[in-house]
Amino acid sequence: MSDTTVDPRYRRKPPKRPLRLSWADERVRGIVWQILVVGAIGSVIWWLWSNTVHNLEVRRIATGFGFLNREAGLPIAESLIEYDPTHTYFRALLVGVLNTLKVAVVGIVLATILGTLIGIARLSKNYLVAKLSAFYVEVIRDLPLLLQLLFWYTILQGLPGPRQALQPIEGVFLSNRGMKMPALVWENAHTAAMVAFVAGIVLTWLYARQARAKQMADGQPRKVWPAAVALMAGLPVLTWQVMGAPWEIDWPALRGFNFRGGMNISPEYAALLIGLVTYTAGFIAEVVRAGILSVNQGQWEAAQALGLRHGSVLRLIVMPQALRVIIPPMTSNYLNLTKNSSLAVAIGYQDIVSIANTTLNQTGQAIEGIAIIMAVYLSISLSISLFMNWYNAKIALVER
Amino acid sequence: MTQTSRSTFLRAIGAALIAGAVSAPALAQQPAAGGSSPTVDAIRARGTLICGVNTGLAGFAQPDSQGVWRGFDVDYCRAVAIALFNDPDKVRFVPTTAQNRFTALQSGEVDMLSRNTTWTLSRDTSLGFDFTGINFYDGQGFMVKASLGVRSARELNGATICVQPGTTTEQNLTDWARASRIQFQPVVIERLEEVVNAYLSGRCDAYTTDVSGLAATRAVQARPADHVILPEVISKEPLGPLVRHGDQRFADLVRWVHFGLITAEELAITSQNIGQAANDARPDVQRLIGRSGDLGRMLGVDNAFMVNIVSRLGNYGQIFERNLVPIGIQRGPNALWTTAGGLQYAPPFR
Amino acid sequence: MSDITANSPPVAAGSPPRSAPITAVGPIAWLRTNLFSGWLSTAVTLVLGYLVIRAVMGFVDWAFINAIWSVPVAPNGQAQTQACRELQGSGACWAVVTEKHRFMLFGTYPYEQHWRPALVCILFVALYIVSALKRFWNWTLVPIWIGTLTAIGVLMWGGLFGLPYVPQERWGGLPITLILATFGLAFAFPLSILVALGRRSSLPAIKVLCILYVELIRGVPLISLLFMASVMFPLFLPEGMNIDKLLRAQIAIILFAGAYLAEVVRAGLQALPKGQYEAADAMGLSYWQKTGLIILPQALRTVIPPLVNTFIGFFKDTSLVLIIGIFDLLTAGKTAIVEPSWQGFGIEVYVFVGSIYLVFCFAMSKYSAGLESDLNRHRRR
Repeated sequence: MSDTTVDPRYRRKPPKRPLRLSWADERVRGIVWQILVVGAIGSVIWWLWSNTVHNLEVRRIATGFGFLNREAGLPIAESLIEYDPTHTYFRALLVGVLNTLKVAVVGIVLATILGTLIGIARLSKNYLVAKLSAFYVEVIRDLPLLLQLLFWYTILQGLPGPRQALQPIEGVFLSNRGMKMPALVWENAHTAAMVAFVAGIVLTWLYARQARAKQMADGQPRKVWPAAVALMAGLPVLTWQVMGAPWEIDWPALRGFNFRGGMNISPEYAALLIGLVTYTAGFIAEVVRAGILSVNQGQWEAAQALGLRHGSVLRLIVMPQALRVIIPPMTSNYLNLTKNSSLAVAIGYQDIVSIANTTLNQTGQAIEGIAIIMAVYLSISLSISLFMNWYNAKIALVER
Repeated sequence: MTQTSRSTFLRAIGAALIAGAVSAPALAQQPAAGGSSPTVDAIRARGTLICGVNTGLAGFAQPDSQGVWRGFDVDYCRAVAIALFNDPDKVRFVPTTAQNRFTALQSGEVDMLSRNTTWTLSRDTSLGFDFTGINFYDGQGFMVKASLGVRSARELNGATICVQPGTTTEQNLTDWARASRIQFQPVVIERLEEVVNAYLSGRCDAYTTDVSGLAATRAVQARPADHVILPEVISKEPLGPLVRHGDQRFADLVRWVHFGLITAEELAITSQNIGQAANDARPDVQRLIGRSGDLGRMLGVDNAFMVNIVSRLGNYGQIFERNLVPIGIQRGPNALWTTAGGLQYAPPFR
Repeated sequence: MSDITANSPPVAAGSPPRSAPITAVGPIAWLRTNLFSGWLSTAVTLVLGYLVIRAVMGFVDWAFINAIWSVPVAPNGQAQTQACRELQGSGACWAVVTEKHRFMLFGTYPYEQHWRPALVCILFVALYIVSALKRFWNWTLVPIWIGTLTAIGVLMWGGLFGLPYVPQERWGGLPITLILATFGLAFAFPLSILVALGRRSSLPAIKVLCILYVELIRGVPLISLLFMASVMFPLFLPEGMNIDKLLRAQIAIILFAGAYLAEVVRAGLQALPKGQYEAADAMGLSYWQKTGLIILPQALRTVIPPLVNTFIGFFKDTSLVLIIGIFDLLTAGKTAIVEPSWQGFGIEVYVFVGSIYLVFCFAMSKYSAGLESDLNRHRRR
């Protein structure tokens, strides 16, 4: 954008016309319209608000978030943080938010993997694979998610009871109480190893960046993986060894009614996760397929002419280009998965909607309860959008 | 003034009027007139009673294969409709969930709620309702599979327990567990049918809800003997119809329809013999059927309203027999106090 | 290429033309290229083939061979479902559908009047088919929609032409699903056009309002809007005034659909070349003339496939009203198995209800896919 390319006539701003108070003036019309619309919407909102205030007064419903500090008294089946019914509503809701995040994050990762696989399978040369994937996508997308969740939950309840639990692998028990797995007894050494692992990732990233910069300078490719292994695997193991290498496994065992010990994946969580992942994967598969098809045929041919194998073409040439088409619709699928996780309420997984729902039912604080639900989802949606927009901008084609 | 600017001015006025019209209804509100019953007036003007019921609870409220609502709670709605219109079909049933039932009543979407709702102090006061009586005494209990070998709720330590959220049931369960120092793993499912399925499939060791609900679930199983209802009853659940606070005349009507049904059973007046009740010399019977006294008119309805109700629906015992006994609920505490030493008791119908 | 064929030696007269070798054409060749093109492909084909055959046979066994289609009903109206329970899941108990299908389809609508909701469903399908025909893609569609929706209202409510009045509480089943989805679209569509235009408006206040509306609604799940309609709407209205539950859910769905459709319409507006706007401005058309005559007719045509896809989404999403206790198809299906003798036959009911959704959605998505390739024909090489 050097100065010479700009026609000097355009550099001057057009002269400002004086504002005339007349309907013929576009700006006046614009202002009047805006005042009218804002006024109308404002008065409707004011009317609704005044009704609400009046109704709350008449029904003697106290407003405000004071109830958050009261004792909740509601049982919650699974939580990531310590909780029992004597804790406050605030903590109960926090458990709900964490449960929502737990299903959303795991769901997004799994749905992306499954969806990408199916999207690629739909383009397979094998007729059976292509047709089965197409059938899967069509059926999954044409049935209401709620129906699918109810279906999965009914199926999972059909597993045998804890005393007849299936044991596919030693120490893993599959029953209608969920999947019980051995768990590591967590100690400080493990936390330290985790920290070392994160540090390793950061260091690897820095090293890779430097290696790339050097490659740009002298054209010599440098191997990154030995350093990566050393930093990401060696560092945590070393830390763990130094701290005494504690290694105690908590094996699940049937005691009384239930398995004790180990970690558990409940049927409610599993049903919700399976339902969300299979459903969203159907949509992601279509996005991936469209993305791959959008890459020019010539790119395939050129890559094959260079002697790359099919898998390498897909991984190195096609996918990076397809990503530009894939990312924006992928974002809305991630958002949909997160919002759809609210259907948990129908199958007894206690996410934020389920807990806020019970809370507003017990306290009568309908407005606050719904405001909390909306605020939580808006912030999650906003975070996902921001992250994906950042990622999208990063991979976007840099054009001159 | 130019032509264009005048039209601008006119449009602005028009817009102001529109904006005014939007907010006008707020001013048009007037408090209901005292004295008469605004609810009854509204029901009569509308021509039907609107009654909030459960979305589907066997024996209490559930549509049959032809879509006709049937059940114990439903019959109470019909009884009030008969009192007002002498027609059991002049009532609309609005299915309500545990969550939106109170809002529906508060906002006037329904005239009365007959939806197995527990009478508690806070619902009576801070939610602004009037409970008009207790037509079903219940209590919360536990059911387990007989194969577990559990004989008492105290043995349930460590068990997985199925419970429906958003009701008093859930809070009773946690209160009880704390009081008796029992650890349990909850499974919290909203829909009744889902929660029952979860119990039957073995997802939970025990299922807790009102004993009547447990009995109903047990009775319909292929082998009821496979399920045991534990002896402990951990709460009091007095269920009954409720109306909005502030319209005492309508509350009186609903209350006395209930007492009328019990009085009819106390006097052994049934749908079969009510035709001959006119010949019954007992003054109580004469008052009940409206041949002496002005009791119906005092309530603002036809003097023979109990004749109309009992001839179509039967007395309290008959309603109970028809709806609840087939699904395995016995009279138990809901027997008459006067004859069987139960809790159902009507103040004098005079 | 043409040179080579032209120069190839002519086939000797008398010798019959030989067909291609059997390994290159015909079913065997097809199998070789599409199913057994390598050891990996062969292995995948065999494994998948085995699984598919097993699944299909299992399903046929369950759904047809071992199934029970009807059960006796005792004189007191109680169905005798012992036979079904003895199957222990090895066969389907379609008796629940036989017995309850009218309840699942039409809910608590008066039994002897069931022809009315049935006719309404047919009207809805006819409306979809007419709207799908390109011949009707103009302003005549507006009176057709208004006329049909009015007829549907008259049929459902009655009270006119000698039809008995049926209050809204008694509606249920499939008509509710269709009403929520179709009326939702019918009202959300004009709303979405206004919002989409507003979002591209040069007036800052209007633009901000539209962005706020779209982003707020799209950021929250439909369930929270339905809860709001169910427990908060009554608080918004003055005392004594209330709107019934179905209408409240309908409003929530319209607001929800409006935000999503607005984004679809906005994409169409953005796809239109800038020259169209400038040309319209140059002709001296006012904003509304420009929008109504030039911009919308072109923009809306291009967004019809995504519009249909969005509609499929709403059609499925109406099932969420289950959570606030409205008797749509799925709720009616679940309520049908509340009756003690029918408890535990959820799978059969889900299959029945699911197949109805599948038929509607599959037809619409096939239509949308066909339309899309039709509209994109000029882009293909």
